[in-house]
Amino acid sequence: MATQVHPDHEFDVQDLMINMGPQHPSTHGVFRMVLVVDGEIVRDVVPYIGYMHRGGEKLAETMDYRQGIGWMDRTEYLAQFNAELSYVMAVEALAELQVPDRAQWIRMILCELNRILSHFMFTGAFGTDVGVFGTAFTYSFREREVIQDLFEEITGDRMMYAYFRPGGLAWEVPDNFVPRVREVLKSVRQGIKDMNGLLTDNEVFRARTVGVGAISAADATDWGCTGPVLRSTGVPLDLRRTEPYLKYDEIDFDVITGTTGDVFERFTCRIGEMWESIRIVEQCLERLEPGPIMPDRMPRMLRTPPGEIYMRTEAPRGEYGIYLVSKGGNRPHRLKIRSSCFANLQALRDMTIGSYVADAVVILGSLDIVLGEVDR
Amino acid sequence: MKGLLKSMGVTLSAFTRKPVTREYPETHKQLPERDRAFPILLWDHGMNEPFCTGCHACERACPVECMTVLMKDNPNHKSQGGESSRRKIIDKFWIDYGRCMRCNICVEVCNFDAIAMNNTWQGHEKSVYDRSDLVQELPQLLAVHRSGELKPWVVP
Ligand code: SF4
Ligand code: SF4
Repeated sequence: MATQVHPDHEFDVQDLMINMGPQHPSTHGVFRMVLVVDGEIVRDVVPYIGYMHRGGEKLAETMDYRQGIGWMDRTEYLAQFNAELSYVMAVEALAELQVPDRAQWIRMILCELNRILSHFMFTGAFGTDVGVFGTAFTYSFREREVIQDLFEEITGDRMMYAYFRPGGLAWEVPDNFVPRVREVLKSVRQGIKDMNGLLTDNEVFRARTVGVGAISAADATDWGCTGPVLRSTGVPLDLRRTEPYLKYDEIDFDVITGTTGDVFERFTCRIGEMWESIRIVEQCLERLEPGPIMPDRMPRMLRTPPGEIYMRTEAPRGEYGIYLVSKGGNRPHRLKIRSSCFANLQALRDMTIGSYVADAVVILGSLDIVLGEVDR
Repeated sequence: MKGLLKSMGVTLSAFTRKPVTREYPETHKQLPERDRAFPILLWDHGMNEPFCTGCHACERACPVECMTVLMKDNPNHKSQGGESSRRKIIDKFWIDYGRCMRCNICVEVCNFDAIAMNNTWQGHEKSVYDRSDLVQELPQLLAVHRSGELKPWVVP
């Protein structure tokens, strides 16, 4: 905090330090930001993370491969299926399990629906950050609830699904799965239209977001940003396209990119991705056929040969990777989670310096952080 | 201005839709049959004893170690002059609902189909004043199925 003599006045001015968080309603969880402000302009940002650190990576070493799945839900509690997917795929690759087709299609459907759910959560919370208090939040939660009800019917739990297993799925989906998903998609389509009408063309919303918190493609890449934050700068990096896993190579979908990398484009990218997810789910439903959901011969207790693997998938917030070291036996020797939010959050300082204090909240909201994933 | 009017239009159209909310404590939403509230033990109505043999499989598989199982010789076994074919039977069973993370693993590992997830609203409405009240004992765990309140559930 440098004391400087203001050019117009004959007195000393000092930068002011503002503490935001760790329990501030607009920080999306227990996250603390220290803003150094000069009048209304932010001069520096120091983010403090770790309030929600639960030692999850170490904890996962004490759990066998089935028990670890429940833990993955708790790291990324808005995109649980995507988090589970990275984990079970890492174990499958180590144990060289062949996943039946039906299980792969169902996994894809659930992961894409989960992406829509997570983006709904984002649009709602982001609307609140921008100042559309309540309206956007309740509308998006209404649609989110529709998807969550479907997940509850399939897995039995509203949040912590624990449904994927190394090798396939824990149990078969209900008989009315396909018609129910179509029903949900219909409702979701209306929901996205609502959010679009409510926010995208709204002049107040645009005034708050266009040109705010822009980051260049080079900077975003340097910080390790992934997901919509990176794609909004124009880099078409989508792991579903560049390193297809499951059956994404057989599916037709577009990678949504932006150009300027500002807050508004991060929002529109996510809206675009929701439409693409609907397209993917529809194609998956066409290809879904009856069949087994687990390989024929599964041991009672899954063991992996010694080795190490890094498995990454495209979660709603970017690359969610699992680095797993096995020394044989039924549990990981070392597990490291590559969190997309953690990397995206590092770019916060670059985005915020030079903007207004009121925009700091908007920029933080546009990163769509999940503190459970940042801190693990 | 046009965008603002569009937003207003969305709000107005929501006004004409049916509400999706419920007045919760008065009305409950219907739970799906595979709803996972908390694990409970099943009652063998034919033999009038629990299915559980106290084999410890679930206790060992539980990720958060919230179960405690004690087994005893079955007084109702054939060798004792009874009619049950279960040589061993559960003596004491505790599940700490405060720790349970409702992962369904105990149901999956049980070889005797003796444990299931509670799919009634009682399983969800578990608020107590003291944390230790969440530790459930054998009679409490058996009560839901014994009284026939458990809905048909899915055996995974
Ligand atoms: S519930 Fe099943 S697994 Fe657990 S002790 Fe009883 S019989 Fe064994
Ligand atoms: S549901 Fe999971 S956490 Fe709860 S008692 Fe069963 S195994 Fe343990």
